[in-house]
Amino acid sequence: MSTVTAKPGAAALPAAELTASRIPAHQVVAFGIMTGLLVVAPFVIYPVFLMKALCFALFACAFNLLIGYVGLLSFGHAAFLGSAGYASAHSAKVWGFPPELAILFGTAVAAVLGIAIGAVTIRSRGIYFANITLAFAQMIFFFSLQAKFTGGEDGIQAVPRGTFLGLLDLRQMYVLYFVVLAIFLLGFLVVYRAIHSPFGQVLKAVRENEPRAVSLGYRAEHYKLIAFVLSATLSGLAGGTKAIVFQLASLTDVHWTMSGEVVLMTLLGGLGTVFGPVVGAFILIALENYLAQLGAWVTIVQGAIFIVCVLTFRRGVVGELGRLLRKPL
Amino acid sequence: MTVFGVPTQALFGQLLIGLINGAFYAMLSLGLSVIFGLLNIINFAHGALYMMGAFVAYFALQWAGLGYWASLVIAPLVVGLVGLVLERTMLKRLYHLDHLYGLLLTFGVALVIQGVFRNEFGSSGLPYVIPAQLQGGYNLGFMFLPVYRAWVIVFSLLICLTTWYVIERTRLGSYLRAATENPALVQAFGINVPRMITLTYGFGVALAALAGVLAAPIYQVNPLMGADLIIVVFAVVVIGGMGSIMGSIVTGFALGVVEGFTKVFYPEASNTVIFVIMAVVLLIRPAGLFGRTA
Repeated sequence: MSTVTAKPGAAALPAAELTASRIPAHQVVAFGIMTGLLVVAPFVIYPVFLMKALCFALFACAFNLLIGYVGLLSFGHAAFLGSAGYASAHSAKVWGFPPELAILFGTAVAAVLGIAIGAVTIRSRGIYFANITLAFAQMIFFFSLQAKFTGGEDGIQAVPRGTFLGLLDLRQMYVLYFVVLAIFLLGFLVVYRAIHSPFGQVLKAVRENEPRAVSLGYRAEHYKLIAFVLSATLSGLAGGTKAIVFQLASLTDVHWTMSGEVVLMTLLGGLGTVFGPVVGAFILIALENYLAQLGAWVTIVQGAIFIVCVLTFRRGVVGELGRLLRKPL
Repeated sequence: MTVFGVPTQALFGQLLIGLINGAFYAMLSLGLSVIFGLLNIINFAHGALYMMGAFVAYFALQWAGLGYWASLVIAPLVVGLVGLVLERTMLKRLYHLDHLYGLLLTFGVALVIQGVFRNEFGSSGLPYVIPAQLQGGYNLGFMFLPVYRAWVIVFSLLICLTTWYVIERTRLGSYLRAATENPALVQAFGINVPRMITLTYGFGVALAALAGVLAAPIYQVNPLMGADLIIVVFAVVVIGGMGSIMGSIVTGFALGVVEGFTKVFYPEASNTVIFVIMAVVLLIRPAGLFGRTA
């Protein structure tokens, strides 16, 4: 009777299963299947679509790190994606940075922004955190709208792709694809490593029972802030890559609807699952592709998916799959 | 005449615009606060329902020939009814879960409503004329005051203060406040809390619709009129302190005025000033200006 099961607040978001340091075999298999599919995919499916999905998949993985493993819902992640996109595009186009440096610069900008916003917001939680991150992102949006270098409504167009590391000519479609795939896998593995490390265990402890984690001597806010900054940084990596791939940085990526979209991707794929955000991103980008001609129908379908997911499908695609297989994916 | 190098005409003009915006901020954040207090849900659909209120007024005029004054009653009733249905069919199922699911659900609802209206009416505004009784304006000597704008400010202030009075000073309001503190205990005293929750949501949403009707002659009727406004209102709610009734009224009007003055003295920052204030307030008082706990 003495076990502590009470959680602060009502039933929490679906808990991600975190086991000790050994990596479970089925996750290795799943990772192998995913990588295999992504290597073969460009020869079957239009590569530009895949690259878009990969950028969003990385974005969603970064977002999931925060909601799935820290239990914080950020409604302002577009700020990191978008501002990294602007930074990468500007540095590549105006300053003539090679693509790898441009992407790194964008990532660094997102990281700094993450530190600044995180330092102010990390102490709030739940709905307050969602609300405040949203407001900060909107601040970034208006800044992007008015600042000279972002090109306002036009955005930064015709960003040069250049040669990656001086070796790989990104103007060739397949070269570009595999560079993007490599970046995605790198980001994915960073997230995976983070959540399966002692650091990830502490995050889990903080999410489940913060006062207890604090009483055990963990500085909860530091851990949360590090997770927030890591999430922002990887979102920046996604945004910078996206800007180089599509040769464009625009207001769409900083607008709050983008923050909503990444929530939807993660929710649909499965909050707190390792592969869920990737699956969710691919489904949603595919859907947008097919519905693009139908105008506002995209919004209606997105909204409907939100409602259905929240009401009846809270584990998401991968979460349900994991439940059927009785293995956390 | 000038103040700090700015003609008084422009100054008072922006003050007026600020008060108008403030009136809408106050009414919307008041509704959000009332809903948040009892349901613990940030109602993301608030902006969409505000837009719906304006559209109900538009339809009432186009289809039924019912004018502005009738719409002031009809729109809140219709949209309030929509709110009741939303709460009964969807939100009710989420109370045992993390409150964030309520935010996500209402976000989805907002997307659907806005998408449907955008499909039907495009993104351009539909005009709604100012009622005959409220046309024209007063010349105050130092500025020209359109009657309709004066009406919006006075009327919304009246609605806000009435709401405050009902919640803070009447028996019904005391039930509401008690249920906010401890719903289980209030229910044990024989008060039907679930029904109260439903009606509270309906009331909060009806306030949004009323604001929508007031806004129709000023901003036109547009499917996206609530989409960006709601984000600003969220910031207003954070500054005022979530769940605080008087807090949302005062901060709503005050921030509208601050925004208006920013337009005069430093126009570049007019869109961001509210968010900057929010950041500063959070650093100094994390619970908001009028909030008790964060």
